Amino acid sequence: MSEGVNLGFPAFADVPRTDVAQSAKDFKTDQEVRWCPGCGDYAILAAVQGFLPELGLRRENIVMISGIGCSARLPYYLNTYGMHSIHGRATTIATGLAATRPDLSVWVITGDGDALSIGGNHLIHLLRRNVNVTVLLFNNRIYGLTKGQYSPTSELGKITKSTPAGSLDAPFNPVSLALGAEATFVARAIDSDRKALTSVLRAAARHRGSSLVEIYQNCNIYNDDAFALLKDPNTRDDWTIRLEHGEPLRFGRDGTKAVIRDPGSGALAPAEDVDADDPRVVVHDASAEDPSYAFALSRLSGSDLRYTPVGVFRSVSRPTYDELMREQVSQAEKANGGDLAGLLRGPDAWSVG
Amino acid sequence: MVKQVEQRDRVVIRFAGDSGDGMQLTGDRFTQETATFGNDLSTLPSFPAEIRAPAGTLPGVSSFQLHFADHDIFTPGDAPDVLVAMNPAALKANINDVPRGATIIVDTHDFTGRALQKVGYASNPLTDDSLSSFQVHAADLTEITTRALESFGLSRKEAARAKNMFALGLVSWMFHRPAQGTIDFLKSKFASRPDIAAANVAAFHAGWNYGETTEAFAVSYEVRPAALPAGTYRNITGNIALSYGLIAAAQRAGLPLFLGAYPITPASDILHELARHKRFGVRTFQAEDEIAGIGAALGASFGGALGVTTTSGPGIALKSETIGLAVTLELPLLICDIQRAGPSTGMPTKPEQSDLMLAMHGRHGEAPVPIVAARSPGDCFHAAVEAVRIALTYRTPVFLLSDGYLANGSEPWAVPGVSELPDLHVDFATEPNHFDGDAASFWPYLRDPDTLARPWAVPGTPGLEHRIGGIEKADGSGNISYDPANHELMVRTRAAKVAGIARSIPALDVDDPADADGRTADVLVVGWGSTFGAITAGVRRVRKRGMRIAQAHLRHLNPLPANTGEMLRSYRRVVVPELNLGQLAGMLRADFLVDAVTYNKVRGQPFRAEELENVFESLICDAAEDAHV
Repeated sequence: MSEGVNLGFPAFADVPRTDVAQSAKDFKTDQEVRWCPGCGDYAILAAVQGFLPELGLRRENIVMISGIGCSARLPYYLNTYGMHSIHGRATTIATGLAATRPDLSVWVITGDGDALSIGGNHLIHLLRRNVNVTVLLFNNRIYGLTKGQYSPTSELGKITKSTPAGSLDAPFNPVSLALGAEATFVARAIDSDRKALTSVLRAAARHRGSSLVEIYQNCNIYNDDAFALLKDPNTRDDWTIRLEHGEPLRFGRDGTKAVIRDPGSGALAPAEDVDADDPRVVVHDASAEDPSYAFALSRLSGSDLRYTPVGVFRSVSRPTYDELMREQVSQAEKANGGDLAGLLRGPDAWSVG
Repeated sequence: MVKQVEQRDRVVIRFAGDSGDGMQLTGDRFTQETATFGNDLSTLPSFPAEIRAPAGTLPGVSSFQLHFADHDIFTPGDAPDVLVAMNPAALKANINDVPRGATIIVDTHDFTGRALQKVGYASNPLTDDSLSSFQVHAADLTEITTRALESFGLSRKEAARAKNMFALGLVSWMFHRPAQGTIDFLKSKFASRPDIAAANVAAFHAGWNYGETTEAFAVSYEVRPAALPAGTYRNITGNIALSYGLIAAAQRAGLPLFLGAYPITPASDILHELARHKRFGVRTFQAEDEIAGIGAALGASFGGALGVTTTSGPGIALKSETIGLAVTLELPLLICDIQRAGPSTGMPTKPEQSDLMLAMHGRHGEAPVPIVAARSPGDCFHAAVEAVRIALTYRTPVFLLSDGYLANGSEPWAVPGVSELPDLHVDFATEPNHFDGDAASFWPYLRDPDTLARPWAVPGTPGLEHRIGGIEKADGSGNISYDPANHELMVRTRAAKVAGIARSIPALDVDDPADADGRTADVLVVGWGSTFGAITAGVRRVRKRGMRIAQAHLRHLNPLPANTGEMLRSYRRVVVPELNLGQLAGMLRADFLVDAVTYNKVRGQPFRAEELENVFESLICDAAEDAHV
């Protein structure tokens, strides 16, 4: 895929690097991890701790900002700078930080309630602005910290404490939402698939601009096995579509399933028993400028998780808000450096005495 | 014909017209020339929230009042000596404020059947004698303007739009205002349309000449320059002064200024102004909502910038949760509330002082926030610098209160020298501060023993990696803590930190001049914010009449100056005039058990000097009677 060619990390062009070899251990803190035993968050934390050394960034130049929810505790367990803020607003705080500090690698740790419910507005605006921030959205399709209410990604009819007769509102598909908000990088991963998760994290970290990574995360207390279809060795290969840039979208345990494009309508659809040389098989292009392709991919799966694409849906380049802002400022500074006394006096001053 | 020139010590002029007639611009230009001429002045723009309310209606009237004098003045004036009314609606909406004998200049162009009916005039007030107690100059200014501009090849409509410049020219002649500044201004404003620029300049000259040559205007007036203290002056509005205060404070602190804001009346002009000054390293972020505005500002503060958010009351309500976060994160953050009449949308373009309790208490939990209030348009500059000083020194969010009256009103402002401004340099933490045997670490909540401020260690500082958050933190280490005793300690420490700011602010200064017999006042008037001008003018009036009254005006509302209680208790009567239902008065009563008398008004208008004079007089008499009993 395109990121694979570029070995640098354009997102961190201005972030100081270290020559000192780092290991996952360097990113652990002395704080006791307090998620429920068996929580999918542990796997994600381990993947993040295992992956960060690869970036080769100075640890003090990495900042993790979280909102509220189980996922939001993650910054306490990473030995970087971090802020555990308020519900839904991590994206706003990260925006101000990234806009003023190009030398930082800024990450937002959020969940389905935090990012899509109370913080939905901020998320779409972060993505449309393309602020240089990587968002890890832990989607467990439930409110865990408040003990089990349905979330904006819960399937319709979900029975929970707050919806004993079943939930009434259709869920968001976070990938579709992000693409609709013109996100330049959108990916999906699963907590238990460390290898694929790390690969997506790597691609997201490289991306300059807003990256959204939806991570299917198991809440073993309030929504256990929500993603079992994609985890169970007996079913996962039949329902998971692995996205690799430049590769045909073939899947299924024997590779006979594929995503095909209807030659007439151009619509994408999964199909069974597809010949190896079938010209209708879609070759994945994460760099397609037109987001409708990635959006169509995101619509292959529904709440039941069948035909779930995993990997990088879209990765395109667009100027980032923070660098455009810095450019405006530095141009103004160069053109007409600040004369404070002149500003205060203004053009119409007069003297007395 | 030689025209008579009369001397006046002060004049109040009000320009009134449709909201599309350019009255604000007209008032602005007259103000600028008046400032250049050297009068002291004070202005009160008043306009509807609607951008173009239906033409010719009462709600669509926009006005600009200017008070200028040969001595120092404090208010835009109680009542106009001259009203310029550009249509029937403008006359009708303002006539009740005009005292008998005053001059009224009316454009008669729209005084026709339908336009008169639209505003409820049964008969034409210009011909039915209802204005007989005023000096009325009625002329079809629109027609005269279009005729004067016949040679410019403009459409009738375009030519008629210059009538405000005709009126400005006429009034400028009447009061001997300089003209060059306005001519230069018009040329530059319409630089891309030289024909329009020339037409406006011609309309201005035509108005001037109309005054000079028409017999209707027999007298012109001179108001000599005021004897202001030596210095460099400029005219400035509150929002501009506040913007400059932020820029100056950031420069003096050596920090980049980051503004996160969402458009809201009457605060938006601060966003507009700061967006123009990127050359000072200013970053302005127009956020998707009020919450994102303050969130981004707080994020910038975390990164070592001076984070600021600007808004009005409704925006503060939305920002409350983030202000609480800033309280517990103990990061510098400035929250500017340009107050307006509430609740809810209320009257967006009208001032009120009704957010004091919101600033004091509008958060959940024990979340003390220092409050600084500006007293005049120019003072917005110094109040902003002071608010930034507190935020940076004490690592705390700070409220800066202004209001719609200060925001849009203007006055001559003594331009401060840059070197006179306080040094706001900040020392970021760079070294570990906690030592356990050989192990050195950084504790984000290990405080300065003097200020109780915590260290500000910005991301990018090696070895000081730390996590902060909204959950209660252990004293010192900053680790998450649910320990009961620790929470109580932290709550009390945050309160003590804010209370301790009182040690860094000047004592409350009470102005109480003794009379010839060495007697001082029985009555103390205490104010805060934008009522300073009206209170001072009221105080001056009663003193002029030989009565004694003491005056104190609070800049710091939280904490209050350390001697506040002592000062309040040393007067027989304390009166607190406020443009709310008694918010400061309630605080003073609660804190000091002082039986403060309230005087309140919530009409979306500032106090008038005369009404306060009456209030003060009756209290002085009461207090004197008490003394006899």
